Amino acid sequence: MSSKKKKKEPTEIEEILESSRRDFLKKVGIVGAASVAGGAAIYSGYQFEKAKKHEEIVKVLTEDNRLVEIPRDQMKDYKPDLKVLQKRGRKGIEGKRWVMVIDLSKCRNARKCVGACQAAHHLRPYEYHINTLVMQESANTPEYFMPKPCQHCDNPPCVSVCPVDATFKRQDGIVLIDNERCIGCRFCMAACPYSARMFHWREPVAAGQDQGNEYNVELNVPQKKGTISKCLFSADRLRDGMLPYCVSACPNGVFYFGDENENAVTNGTTKETVNLKELLEQNGGYRLMAELGTKPRVYYLPPKNRIFEFKKGPDTEYKEIT
Amino acid sequence: MAGSVFSSEKYREKLDLISADVLKNVGISRGFIIWMGILFAAFAACIYAYTIQLRTGLGVTGLRDVTSWGMYIANFVFFVATSLVGMLISCVLGLSGATWVKPISRIAEIIAVAFAAVAGLVIISDMGRPDRLPYVFLFGRVQSPILWDVSVVTTYFVLSLLLWLFPMIPDLAVAKGKLQGQPEFLSKAYNLLSFGWIHNEKQYLIIGQGVRILLILIIPTAFAIHTVTSWLFAVTPRAGWDSTIFGPYFISGAFVSGTAAVIIAMYFFRKSYNLDKYLTDSHFDKMGKVFILISILYIYFNINEFLVPGYKLKAADAIHLRELFAGEHAFLFWGVQLLGLIIPVFLMLFRRIRKPLPMLFISIVMLAAAWLKRYIIVVPPQAHPYLPVQNVPVEWVVYKPTLIESLVTLASILLVLIIITLLSKLFPVIPIWELAEEEAKKELKET
Repeated sequence: MSSKKKKKEPTEIEEILESSRRDFLKKVGIVGAASVAGGAAIYSGYQFEKAKKHEEIVKVLTEDNRLVEIPRDQMKDYKPDLKVLQKRGRKGIEGKRWVMVIDLSKCRNARKCVGACQAAHHLRPYEYHINTLVMQESANTPEYFMPKPCQHCDNPPCVSVCPVDATFKRQDGIVLIDNERCIGCRFCMAACPYSARMFHWREPVAAGQDQGNEYNVELNVPQKKGTISKCLFSADRLRDGMLPYCVSACPNGVFYFGDENENAVTNGTTKETVNLKELLEQNGGYRLMAELGTKPRVYYLPPKNRIFEFKKGPDTEYKEIT
Repeated sequence: MAGSVFSSEKYREKLDLISADVLKNVGISRGFIIWMGILFAAFAACIYAYTIQLRTGLGVTGLRDVTSWGMYIANFVFFVATSLVGMLISCVLGLSGATWVKPISRIAEIIAVAFAAVAGLVIISDMGRPDRLPYVFLFGRVQSPILWDVSVVTTYFVLSLLLWLFPMIPDLAVAKGKLQGQPEFLSKAYNLLSFGWIHNEKQYLIIGQGVRILLILIIPTAFAIHTVTSWLFAVTPRAGWDSTIFGPYFISGAFVSGTAAVIIAMYFFRKSYNLDKYLTDSHFDKMGKVFILISILYIYFNINEFLVPGYKLKAADAIHLRELFAGEHAFLFWGVQLLGLIIPVFLMLFRRIRKPLPMLFISIVMLAAAWLKRYIIVVPPQAHPYLPVQNVPVEWVVYKPTLIESLVTLASILLVLIIITLLSKLFPVIPIWELAEEEAKKELKET
């Protein structure tokens, strides 16, 4: 009876023992969990430290000319923001005076220059920074093809008339348009005798695809509705030490491009670099409508000694895309 | 003799007499409400067209890269031109002592204010990015004629508004107690705008001097606004715009369209406000003579503008002139020159034609022609640039104004009518005190 009774009613000692056992188990559980967690943390920390030891350190030259070391995984590609793009875009590339020479005797109207330009600047097939025209001075003189980019005049009528400094002349001779500034008055179009400028009458063709991209004044992309666009001498490519899009795309060696200060121009097709002055002198170089006093930076070589037959292709019909 | 005409009994008498006539039709009437209702309804419809342009872009107009300035710019030039008449009537004729223009001078100022105000607005409809209008002030380059234009048009508008309001101060003081059956805000406005006028001798002296200063200031400003507007074209190297006489050519043309507008306004004010006593047949006769003089001046500049390049036929000029004389725009060009300028001048040489009704018809034709002339000045020179237009859609080659573009243009014309109606119906349209002074002086001299 008593044992039964004992079983049913534990003594005080038993109670104490029982509770301490529960306590003990609880504590063990906590300690166990904690040590597993701690171990994992230590392990991962160890792994991290180990990985760091094998991390490659790279030497980087900073903007202020300091050579510094940073781990490779902390490197980020530099993407200039709008402020930087605008500042350097308006300033231009120091020490350069860009110049283009177009050899009309070689142009077969391949229009590769046009296509490359339109692809780079996100334009419709009939929106031109460069257009190739069929020219004829008089009934007795032959027809010829003439690629016509912006002439990047040294006395640019477009820049003179702009009311808000949206179009401007840079120190390297390039005339650019800032579509963050342009109010769309089109005075520059009225003033340009070369019809070099175009206007975004509607939403630009790549507006959706370009949305959110930082505006680069040297590429004029993203294009903007209600603003002007024009040939930029591929200022973005020049910054990267490359020839303009049209110059590189030409299959017939029509374009030479280079720096007037160096007196050297490079042919975009053959990659041959020649003396600018000699090229102009030996081939009778001239500028379009020099009598207007605009002082273009684009020179033309006359269409003489053409080694191919002048052949006008079938007229392409351009339909407006809305 | 003590005291001037302003303290005479005669002057008071005349003041009462004239103000009774003039104020009879001032204020809100049922006709006014219906007329304004129609104007506003039409204006709202046109504004809807502008919202489409805002959403879609200027592509909804007929403008393209080849002809990038069209109806909007032509309309702007027309508005600036027409506003110039304020200077011609009040300043040139007024200062030269032609007292017969006094009853017309306020009408001329109303035309000047309305057209100058709307000219400033319509130019915004031509902007690709109207949201960037503040850039003109934030980043403005003084080298650009647009900056000159913006500054002189605003200056001219402000001066014209002052020249409308300033001489009206005594009139409002007279009128404020005499408005019958008109809402209170009108008499409150009169009270406010009469600036505590008490018909004091000294006040008359000051207002006389003030008006004189304004009249003198407006002359160079008016010359500037239209000369600068002409330079928007003349500073470019395009054939048809590249002209050294564009300034005077535009100004003489401006007098033509402005005079036409004033004669039309005179006719309708006379009819609907019963002002036969003040806008007499003799006024129409004299305005007809003025019209002949300035039209001949304009014809003279036209001969210079077209004959001289037509004689030399430089390559680009030749293409442009052929288009005007015998090409695509020949019908418009000769129509405007003959029907809108040369034939009316001949007609107006006859006294019988210089009567109100024939003058109204002639003025309407000449005003319409003046609008079309601006179109001829703006559009054709762009159709044939120096380099050929190639590899573009057909719509780009020939400019054809669209419906939306026409509606937006119409909106500006409606707005002018709204402003003219407000200014002429809510305020005395005939200068009361100036006429009273004139008549009192005349009668005092006789006695």
